[in-house]
Amino acid sequence: MFTSIIFILILFGATVVFYRKVRKITRSIKLGKDITINDNILIRWKRVLFIAIGQQKILQRPVAALLHIFVYAGFIIVNIEMCEILIDGVAGTHRLFSFFGGFYGIMVSIFEFFAITVMFGCAVFLIRRNVIRIRRFWNKEMTLWPRSDANIILITELLLMSAILIMNAADSILQTRPDSHYVQVGSFMISSIIQPIFSGLPSSSLIIIERFSWWFHIIGVLVFLNYIPYSKHFHVFLSFPNVYYSKLRPAGEMANMPSITKEVKLMLEENYSDQDDDNEEVTFGAKTIKDLTWKHLMDAYTCTECGRCTSGCPANITGKKLSPRKIVMDTRDNLEEIADKLFNRKSSEKDNKKNTRTLFDFISAEELWACTTCNACTYECPVNIDPLAIILEMRRYLVLEESAAPGPLNNTFSNIENNGAPWQFSHEDRMEWAKDIEMNGIVE
Amino acid sequence: MEKQKIDVPVMADLFAKNEKPEYLFWVGSAGAFDDRYKKVVRAFVKILTHLGVSYAVLGTEESSTGDVARRAGNEMLFQMQAIMNIELLNGYEVKKIITCDPHAFNTFKNEYSQYNGNYQVIHHTQFLRDQIEAGNLKVKSAIFNEKTITYHDPCYLGRANGEYAAPRKVLDFIPSEKKEMKRNKSNALCCGAGGGQMFKEAEKGDKEIFIERTEEALETGADIIITACPYCMTMITDGIKYKDKVEEVKNYDIAEIVTLSLGI
Repeated sequence: MFTSIIFILILFGATVVFYRKVRKITRSIKLGKDITINDNILIRWKRVLFIAIGQQKILQRPVAALLHIFVYAGFIIVNIEMCEILIDGVAGTHRLFSFFGGFYGIMVSIFEFFAITVMFGCAVFLIRRNVIRIRRFWNKEMTLWPRSDANIILITELLLMSAILIMNAADSILQTRPDSHYVQVGSFMISSIIQPIFSGLPSSSLIIIERFSWWFHIIGVLVFLNYIPYSKHFHVFLSFPNVYYSKLRPAGEMANMPSITKEVKLMLEENYSDQDDDNEEVTFGAKTIKDLTWKHLMDAYTCTECGRCTSGCPANITGKKLSPRKIVMDTRDNLEEIADKLFNRKSSEKDNKKNTRTLFDFISAEELWACTTCNACTYECPVNIDPLAIILEMRRYLVLEESAAPGPLNNTFSNIENNGAPWQFSHEDRMEWAKDIEMNGIVE
Repeated sequence: MEKQKIDVPVMADLFAKNEKPEYLFWVGSAGAFDDRYKKVVRAFVKILTHLGVSYAVLGTEESSTGDVARRAGNEMLFQMQAIMNIELLNGYEVKKIITCDPHAFNTFKNEYSQYNGNYQVIHHTQFLRDQIEAGNLKVKSAIFNEKTITYHDPCYLGRANGEYAAPRKVLDFIPSEKKEMKRNKSNALCCGAGGGQMFKEAEKGDKEIFIERTEEALETGADIIITACPYCMTMITDGIKYKDKVEEVKNYDIAEIVTLSLGI
């Protein structure tokens, strides 16, 4: 009874804290410009099924894909066991589902098998990151925090899975002891292997080990749950909506700017009148996170910093400063900073204005101008994040608001404007190429 | 062999005679002004003439699509170009556009519809594939029998629009050995010229992108690197010069290898 109350309090507390953080992230995402995405619902669901649930894009790199599926599938299946753990915790029961008899033993053995796949995946991931030091995990933007974040996640998952196995091993020994009253469900496939480690211990110690592992696991899960929204690991939730809302049009299409169309029509058409007189001041392109759409901001929260985008980026491959992953990480950092100030009631209005940094405090023009718009990053991203869109919106700001294009591009612009070609040639000469073309007749 | 002189038909002239060609051939600024790339559009009109296709070009009325301006952030200039071009194209009642330039292809196909410019847009690799498959172009000459060919995917045809098959299909018809680069199709490395890079110095780094890509193409041992985009051609040609392989390795556009195979 007493432990039930403690359990319920912990569970309730963890849920409330988690809910509040998720609500804050939702509000942060809504700081972005409002756009409506409600077309092609079926195609979008299909994408969720294949790309998010089915992990289709991860498969492009088979080794990482296999390991990720170990962890992903394992974690989902192992968490079915959470149902029993939660009910046991609230009701003060022990292995409530054991009335299923032999089937129960099989189920737990399956869970244990997947616990092992998760552990294997995490262990290899840790080795890839810290021993083999795969390049994409050590790029410049992978400073101490992002690297630690990844390690914290992997180690936590290892510990949580170990706890289940130790708990089950101790439990199945206790089942055979006449001095304990553990439900007889037999031993399980994986934990039976580690049973010999514990078999010499007295029942009292085994009970402590079993109970400790149980509490360690469930409290660990709840702590981890609350760690996730602060971490790159938030992709476990946002991948699904992010894929759902991702761009369906061909990758080559750039987002239109209706605000510019209005300006152009005012210039080109004498009779054009601005029908809707909303003289709302618009920023062309993106300077702050508020100039990006909510989808770009959702992208930022979805990124799990795997770095596939960066490892495919031609600019990055050839040593330029640009890293698409950094663009997305910077967007999130800037957004978090601004959201912290906006949603924190204690900070004064003045304080907010004084210290508000923009995207350009994080991302330099040098990075933005190194992009070839080749779409390798958007193609690579397993969860359809679009770093290119952010880069292009920021270029638009530089050019349209600050007239700050690199000099040679300004010449290109004036050539296009004056001669209709990016080079300085007269449009009168546009047919020079067609002079004196002769072809051979075909000899059949 | 008999030589035949080609007069490239211009839209304004045809329109004055009340004639409406089936296709508009969009030459593009590189086709009009880049000395190397002029040869590509010349090769392509040979094919059009050879096939007896009803087409015309805009000639001096043609203007930049605005692709570079848009990707370099100048939306104002892009939309002005777009709206002016669309007015011209719609004035000539253009329905089908063929172009050799994947950037123009992308802009017409995906972006002009936002300003009331709706056309059926065909990249020349798709056009060539259709004609070869229909048996209209007999490209099975033996002149490339001994050659190894590798194909470089342009970003704006490949990743941007998902067209990887058409150019490969065309090359499959030309007897020769084909070798793929390590990064190909959706994983292809950019030539380095898109998004405005063609018209500016590259940012500081360890290497130029076009050199990285050319090295990869040379690794295949190919005698011929095929491109299907004016920017890619400039970059790969420069790369071959940089690697001092001008004698051994040629860079052709897919239209050129087809004309060579046809012997026209």
